[in-house]
Amino acid sequence: MRGSFSTITKMFSAGAVTAGLLMSVPARAADDTIKVGILHSLSGTMAISETTLKDAMLMLIDEQNAKGGLLGKKLEAVVVDPASNWPLFAEKARELISKDKVAAVFGCWTSVSRKSVLPVFSELDNILFYPVQYEGEESERNVFYTGAAPNQQAIPAVDYLMSEDGGSVKRWVLEGTDYVYPRTTNKILEAYLKAKGVAAEDIMVNYTPFGFSDWQTEVAAIKKFGSAGKKTAVVSTVNGDANVPFYKELGNQGIMAEDIPVMAFSVGEEELAGLDTAPLVGHLAAWNYFQSIDTPENAKFIADWHKFIKSDKRTTNDPMEAHYVGFNMWVKAVEKAGTTDPDKVIDAVIGVSVPNLTGGYSTMMPNHHITKPVLIGEIQADGQFETVSQTPGLVMGDEWSDYLADSKDLISDWRAPLSCGNFNVATGKCGGKGTN
Amino acid sequence: MRELAATGDTAVERPLGALAEGDLYVRKADSLVFIGKAAGGSVALLDPLSGEKSGDAAKSEITKIKVNNTLRRAIRDALGTLTLGAKDPAARIAAADTMFRTPDATNIEPLDAAIASETVASVKALLEQARAASVLVSDRPETDKLAAVALIGGRGDRNALSLLTAVEANSEGAVKDAATAAIASINSTLALWDAGQNIWYGVSLGSVLLLAAIGLAITFGVMGVINMAHGEMVMLGAYTTFVVQEVIRNSFPDLFDWSLVIALPLAFSVAALVGLVIERGVIRFLYGRPLETLLATWGVSLILQQAVRTIFGPTNQEVGNPSWMSGSFGIGQLAVTWNRLWILVFALGVFAVLLYVMKRTPWGLQMRAVTANRRMAASMGIRTPWVDALTFALGSGIAGIAGVALSQIDNVSPNLGRGYIIDSFMVVVFGGVGNLWGTLVGAFSLGIVNKFLEPYAGAVLGKIVVLVLIILFIQKRPRGLFALKGRSVEA
Repeated sequence: MRGSFSTITKMFSAGAVTAGLLMSVPARAADDTIKVGILHSLSGTMAISETTLKDAMLMLIDEQNAKGGLLGKKLEAVVVDPASNWPLFAEKARELISKDKVAAVFGCWTSVSRKSVLPVFSELDNILFYPVQYEGEESERNVFYTGAAPNQQAIPAVDYLMSEDGGSVKRWVLEGTDYVYPRTTNKILEAYLKAKGVAAEDIMVNYTPFGFSDWQTEVAAIKKFGSAGKKTAVVSTVNGDANVPFYKELGNQGIMAEDIPVMAFSVGEEELAGLDTAPLVGHLAAWNYFQSIDTPENAKFIADWHKFIKSDKRTTNDPMEAHYVGFNMWVKAVEKAGTTDPDKVIDAVIGVSVPNLTGGYSTMMPNHHITKPVLIGEIQADGQFETVSQTPGLVMGDEWSDYLADSKDLISDWRAPLSCGNFNVATGKCGGKGTN
Repeated sequence: MRELAATGDTAVERPLGALAEGDLYVRKADSLVFIGKAAGGSVALLDPLSGEKSGDAAKSEITKIKVNNTLRRAIRDALGTLTLGAKDPAARIAAADTMFRTPDATNIEPLDAAIASETVASVKALLEQARAASVLVSDRPETDKLAAVALIGGRGDRNALSLLTAVEANSEGAVKDAATAAIASINSTLALWDAGQNIWYGVSLGSVLLLAAIGLAITFGVMGVINMAHGEMVMLGAYTTFVVQEVIRNSFPDLFDWSLVIALPLAFSVAALVGLVIERGVIRFLYGRPLETLLATWGVSLILQQAVRTIFGPTNQEVGNPSWMSGSFGIGQLAVTWNRLWILVFALGVFAVLLYVMKRTPWGLQMRAVTANRRMAASMGIRTPWVDALTFALGSGIAGIAGVALSQIDNVSPNLGRGYIIDSFMVVVFGGVGNLWGTLVGAFSLGIVNKFLEPYAGAVLGKIVVLVLIILFIQKRPRGLFALKGRSVEA
């Protein structure tokens, strides 16, 4: 079944190439546009998060065109719908690159969708900008990670909870949805907490399925774990739709943020929109951007967004900012290289610095991750976050965690002469393997 | 702030309370502190001590004083001491509760005074427990502490356990032994309550499963239509609730507590109407062709999902809990949340009504007659196509009102129905196709088994184990718990 399927795909892509050759003459007419691929699910479970990113990209492309386009050409968005279906992500990515000949692709949300398109991007040599916080343990030549790596979100969040301001937490519940991002993040956090002297019996790890809705037992277990006479906090990597019933149950069972705060890594303004946040005031989230950030750049971005989406109720969020930063980096790199040729852009984008929305500059590092400030926000009654803590400077994304035995010797540097995403400094060889 | 609270001046209460609520602002022009109440675009400023109005300010002219959890907790503790003498017994109970959780040797004196003047017995007991907690962290003699451990041990809840664990770790000799003994006794009582809690959680999960499955028990169970669009009927009901609440919020805010009651008939009608259209438009051409029905209703479900996504957007919609469905109450050590309790009552109510309709009304009789033997029923003058259509509409309508209840515990998004369709089929098949009682027993037994497995196996493994058990069960009894006997089954 699999064999015949891939043969069909091959025939299909061969057909696409021939079609491309045949059509090369009339296609010249379209040469005055540069195509940009948008690979976000518009239907299925992830549509709730990804549709907003598609709209944000369309807005950014519109704005760039209003400024006169790029290299004297207009930008043209090519939107496809991978429908929250992981193998379909790979097919759609192939379609964007081979058939539509896009210059770069902005897309993916879940780690599993990113993993599914990786081989396509390296085979066809194109560029993917990935805008969501993720578990790290990866650095690919064709991918630029504009979301947070674990050290840009999880580690500073835990540090905050351990500090006096955060309540000097001594006991930890790591609650997550059962897939690759929470599992790897929790692995890193567990190693980090143990390195900080937290005993194994003071850490509880629990996983629930995607879209889980009956949280009674889990919340009761958290309550029980929290009544051991030590300050307890929950670090939540619960993803997507499951968050709303989780927070509702917390509110109903009367768990107050003052007693057991919940620090979330996947709950943004968008998720809170479906909730009455009054019982949740004081619960926390760690991101690199909040809509409430008070800078002129952010005020303009929010105003533009409301105008574009024709509703001033829609919120902005962290992955949108990541796309804003990533898109501007790509534009600048294309201008610097004078071409959209992926090979040249991949080299040109390293070291590019663009303003972010929190009042500073983000820079693309040689490991294909960017520098970001880390913010800890508290949920407010109006569904927004208020920053309670901020790292003093920008934090550089660290792709290979220093706290995992498998990856602590690995580094990534895509500049010549090293040009390696997984260089092992202990053995001096390229080709190390992390925990994934 | 502790110093402020130690003054014991009740004037401090207002600004501290405002600070905890995040309502305390500083005016940028003259650095004066005010309590702010947002009113429209501007903020009404109140004098922090007297509470009198002292002008308005635009949001940009003032800065909010930021609080974090540590500060909030400190304020709560400080206010606890202050409200000890409040007139309202509820405020005194809250104060005693706070002081119990944050014991401090300096609390003993104010508590002694409060105990002496307390008249309500239940409040007095709480105050004495709070005093005992404070005695344990003070340097009072051992006999006092032993009495305190005994008193707290008698309380027997998680807060007491948490306190005693800390005492056990920090003390020596007789007090430590007494604490260890008290912890052991609390733990054994709590273990019993844990079992009770699992049963309650199981019953509550069962009621959700019952609600989700009961409509399917009609369309799939009685009519034999493999209805993959069942979950979307639930979703339509939930969205109807959302629309009703939006209208009420904007036009009749006083009626908010009634929103669910108003939404029930509307959700039933909307879902029943859509069900009727689906039956007349698609399903009636496909009776007796289960595979085509499955694919067609699957397509319908995608169309409905995408339609809702286009109209309302892909994001979650906020459906509020009316006040009578918020919060929880305690029976012993068991916290029962109001929304779960009401959903249980509601699910049983829907079941009872449906059972009555099926068994005691002429329409129910016709329905059962058509199911048992279509040709015979037609010969008797029953218009079988219309019975089919109305039965399907009834099943869909029931799914719609399930959506009203589920909007209270789950998020209202276009994907709402997807989460319930598999569980619903599981319940109906397990309970026995075509039997309402089977659906009831199936839902509750699956719920309870699931909740007993969850603490040991985790949610992911628990679900897998339940699925495996059902597969094994179906191997043994292909017709489910309560097999229907009759002509249609043999045919």
